[in-house]
Amino acid sequence: MKSERLFAGLLWTVSMGVCALLVWIVVDLAWRGIGSLSIEFLTSVPRDAGRAGGISSLLISTMWIVSTATVVALPIGLFSAVLLAEGAQQNARFARLVRGSLDMLSAVPSIVFGLFGNAFFCITLGLGYSILSGGLTLACMILPILIRTIEEALRSVPAEQKLAASALGLSRATTLTHVLLPAAAPGVAVGLVLGIGRALSETAALIFTSGYVTRTPHDLLDSGRALSVHIYDLAMNIPGGNGRAYASALVLVLMLFVLNGLVRLAAKRFTKRLAT
Amino acid sequence: MSPYARPKRDRALSVVLLSSAALAASLIVLILVFVFGEARGALRAEGFTAFLTDAGWHPTDGEFGLLPMAAATLATTLGALVMAAPLGIGAGLFNALIAPRPVARFHRALVEVLAGIPSVVFGLWGLVVLVPLIGGGERSGQGLLAASVVLALMILPTIALSTEAALERVPRELLQGAAALGLGPVACARRVALPAARRGVIAGLVLATGRAIGETMAVLMVAGNVVAWPAGLREPLRTLTGNIALEMGYATQEHRSVLFVAGLVLMLAVALLVVLASLFGGAPTATSHGGGASSA
Repeated sequence: MKSERLFAGLLWTVSMGVCALLVWIVVDLAWRGIGSLSIEFLTSVPRDAGRAGGISSLLISTMWIVSTATVVALPIGLFSAVLLAEGAQQNARFARLVRGSLDMLSAVPSIVFGLFGNAFFCITLGLGYSILSGGLTLACMILPILIRTIEEALRSVPAEQKLAASALGLSRATTLTHVLLPAAAPGVAVGLVLGIGRALSETAALIFTSGYVTRTPHDLLDSGRALSVHIYDLAMNIPGGNGRAYASALVLVLMLFVLNGLVRLAAKRFTKRLAT
Repeated sequence: MSPYARPKRDRALSVVLLSSAALAASLIVLILVFVFGEARGALRAEGFTAFLTDAGWHPTDGEFGLLPMAAATLATTLGALVMAAPLGIGAGLFNALIAPRPVARFHRALVEVLAGIPSVVFGLWGLVVLVPLIGGGERSGQGLLAASVVLALMILPTIALSTEAALERVPRELLQGAAALGLGPVACARRVALPAARRGVIAGLVLATGRAIGETMAVLMVAGNVVAWPAGLREPLRTLTGNIALEMGYATQEHRSVLFVAGLVLMLAVALLVVLASLFGGAPTATSHGGGASSA
């Protein structure tokens, strides 16, 4: 059985190789980024085009952009998911149409979202390069993953609970707010966190919607540079910007790791609740 | 309000649900309408063929040949697939068939972390670590190879997770039957598991291709961005997406409109791939495990 062992060995090698690549990237990031990382880096504004100073204004812009995207996308996503999970029997054809178009939406390249956001939000709606334009563009972008995750969470609520609610004569609205949503809450949290993660990582859709001004935004119509855009700009356009680019990237990846941990926690609670 | 006030509240709820879903579903149409609307100017002025026949890309002189950049997009995508497909399918097979459970769980978590790394971070790593490695000190390593490697890393998780998910859906009895007949893991994987999971694996590959075509930042940071036909592994080139990102900031009038034509082309290509993937039954989405969601 030589070929068998060879094959297994090959698969082990490939898989461990993939792990090694990831470790390489993460260690490299930590190694080069940690030098410039300090409390001061997080709390001061960038100076000298980002070569000096910190990233406080970019963190604020990022938070605003991501919050806008989440606040806009969450209700639409939640309601759409409820329709897909609950009302699918009555509107099978409509549900299929919605799913099909969401599949398309989730495959649209982020740079095309950028083009769209620029043409629609910045110019047609007159919002200009602003936090609002960027946030709304991202809201469109994270909608598919939000809906898909929440729908799955709603679907996995045990049928007995829904039947019991109907047997009690509860209205659909009451069933939704008192039975379905509490039961699916951890799943909704997973979707939310995934959406936030996706929004945090986004660069291409933001350059031409929220802009690249580094100062601290004062309101939603101010332009603001996201952290990811800052990393790109430092690495590509600013000679001697690599150190700060790495530190910013480290901050970004750390935020994503924390979010990832939250997803796992929520997912675990979610499955535990289903088991009991 | 009484929980038994059924008709009124329920009707209101229905309206809210329906209109939300309709809004979500119409976004793709809105995007298409706006991208097409902006592209129309150039399409009308230049005709459909000018983008194919114009000799070069000199937007200020009214020359809008997109073909070299389209070729660059295809070349980087193909390069990425050649590298990522065997690795991704291998990693998926490993997780689903031969890895001990804790190892499989750990490995899947790592692959999901890889999927969650933002493209700009891949770009940074590519620029600072990979490019000098490929360049070998005497020249810049920016070009086809660097772009393909970075892209491969980015689509690998998609392939690995969808392969694994497709294999998980192969009925256990089938695999146990094969094992009972004395088939080892190789024969089992090649003759039973992979053929049974073929459609899901292919759908994953198709979706990964779509991601590679649409990826912008990471490629932009390592490709060198000279408008040129793909000529060699270390020759710089510029993809369609990179071109949009580079020039959108200052493009006006017809130039701007041509960038939207490029966007339209990208959108149609990706849409075609989504339809293709759904013909294979759609990729078994692995995103629901958490973490596996990122693209930029």
